[in-house]
Amino acid sequence: MTAIAKKAIPSRIKEKRTAGDWVLDIFKVVFLALVAIVTVYPFWNIFVISINDATDAVRGGIYFWPRVFSLASYQEILGRATFQHAILVSLARTLIGTPLAVLCTAMLAYPLARKDLVGHRFWSLLFVFTMYFGGGQVPYYMVLKNLGMLDNFWVFILPNIMSVYNMILIRSYIESMPSSLFEAVRIDGGNDLVIFFRIIMPLAKPILMTVALFVAITQWNSWFDAYLYTSSQDLKPMQSILVEILNQYQTGASTSQQMAAGKTGAATVTPDSIRMAATMVATLPIIMVYPFIQKYFVKGIMLGAVKG
Amino acid sequence: MSNIALDGKKKKPLTARLLDQKYLFLLMIPGVIWVLVICYAPMTGIYMAFTNYRPSQNGYFYDLFNAKFVGLQWFEYFFSKDFGMIMRNTLATSLLTLLFSFPAPIILAVMLNELRSVRMKKFIQTASYLPYFISWVIAANIFLTFLSGGGLINDLLLSLGLIKERILFFQHGPYFWWIIAIANTWKGMGYNAIIYLSAISGIDEQLYEAASIDGASRVKRIWHITLPTIRPTISILLILAIGGILSTGFEQQLLMGNNAILNYSDVLDTYAYRYGLAKGMYSYGTAVGLFKSIVSFILVMSANKITAKLNDSALF
Repeated sequence: MTAIAKKAIPSRIKEKRTAGDWVLDIFKVVFLALVAIVTVYPFWNIFVISINDATDAVRGGIYFWPRVFSLASYQEILGRATFQHAILVSLARTLIGTPLAVLCTAMLAYPLARKDLVGHRFWSLLFVFTMYFGGGQVPYYMVLKNLGMLDNFWVFILPNIMSVYNMILIRSYIESMPSSLFEAVRIDGGNDLVIFFRIIMPLAKPILMTVALFVAITQWNSWFDAYLYTSSQDLKPMQSILVEILNQYQTGASTSQQMAAGKTGAATVTPDSIRMAATMVATLPIIMVYPFIQKYFVKGIMLGAVKG
Repeated sequence: MSNIALDGKKKKPLTARLLDQKYLFLLMIPGVIWVLVICYAPMTGIYMAFTNYRPSQNGYFYDLFNAKFVGLQWFEYFFSKDFGMIMRNTLATSLLTLLFSFPAPIILAVMLNELRSVRMKKFIQTASYLPYFISWVIAANIFLTFLSGGGLINDLLLSLGLIKERILFFQHGPYFWWIIAIANTWKGMGYNAIIYLSAISGIDEQLYEAASIDGASRVKRIWHITLPTIRPTISILLILAIGGILSTGFEQQLLMGNNAILNYSDVLDTYAYRYGLAKGMYSYGTAVGLFKSIVSFILVMSANKITAKLNDSALF
């Protein structure tokens, strides 16, 4: 990141600005301001509406700052037992799924990084082929059903313990390590397990962190697997609750209904305010890991860009 | 690249090499089980597309191999029924997506590179890939809210006097293609710009300095230095994008679409899902999915061939 950031255009030598330069400058400012606004403002807008009093918010016109401050929507949504449980499911699938996926993916990446592996080309093709061809949703669903994975928490974890794309990222990282490191362990009588756990894993930490972030964010954001493969309320992750809220919003809930809802309830909440608060609760963890995204993600993407 | 070939000292017998590598194979066990069960077992379903598959209590493989073989019937059914509409929607959505989402990251990267303030640059770049990391559920929520009848975009257009009446964006079929294209661009622009920025960061600053001493304006420097440098990256990403032209999203259509505009929002992936799993026409959904997989596979492989020709290095 810093490497990119430092690469600013060289210092401003006094130079004449051509007409083209003026156009460029205006376009640059407008374009970049627009990018910043469209990417940041929607989240800010949803945030201020979520912390505004719900009945007041129905009047509209809240753009930059809350008019009547209230946390009632958050109290309401976080107080719901189903929502609390959904947060736990999301946390569980992220916290169990991520370390397991990183370990299994790395365990495959090391042997495949070894060009002397017996059948290296075969194993490589076996995995890479699946990136470009799949059997389809129905047979996949049937296979999971036969394995007893439907309505089972492990359906969130086991299919995701591996990803060929992530494996390739780790593999290229390992391939770039100097072989002298491993030879030393060999001479001291260490086997491949020792090399893997004592040398590879600690040294590959940057790429493992990148992959961990990829997996954790995917796990946290997933809802479709829960929608397809589970029906039990106990297994609904938070994104699924959000989908339900979104569907209710789409199939009606006009403004007048919301007014009524706000007036009858003891707490002043509306379906809309609940929706905004739930959206913020789901977004917050992503914003919280953003410093790590900064640190590890950019490098990971570039590695991926190099290796495709 | 083979610098970690530890046992590379000329051909031991195979059994000895296998024995040497027993721990390597031990490490591979979870991966191999995963790929066989999760990836290859469902590939038996290719056969499903040519049968009249019905699930029963006997298990998947029993049902599959006892299902009646119907040949190309499902494909003929698809081509005679909804093929035209589905392909129109798929191609309209992905071509519009390409129109926006392809140049946007290039412009973003070049403009960021022109920015002198390092802090501003970092802020805008960081902001630009925020949408990439949030789920489609949240993204759909944002688009549905902002584009609703009483939403912000309508407020804005009204106050600018651009429209007289509020537009119901999600009630007009063709609008949906534009919405998906813009949503895809919004979500992926910052992330894709990183790839271009990394290519730009490899440019030697002396090139810019020399050019400015020679009196090249900044527009000229972009045209003659920045863009030529990232041209290989541009061509690779364009070819990849064309290879993926039939994969035009799935979650976004399911989340933002509605029944009133289904004839416009339905693309190959959502259609295969709706018939295959939601409506229980298992073999038909699989046939549609298989059609898409095969065409995509051919597109990606040809794209790779072309890239290899252009850059002397294949992507995979």
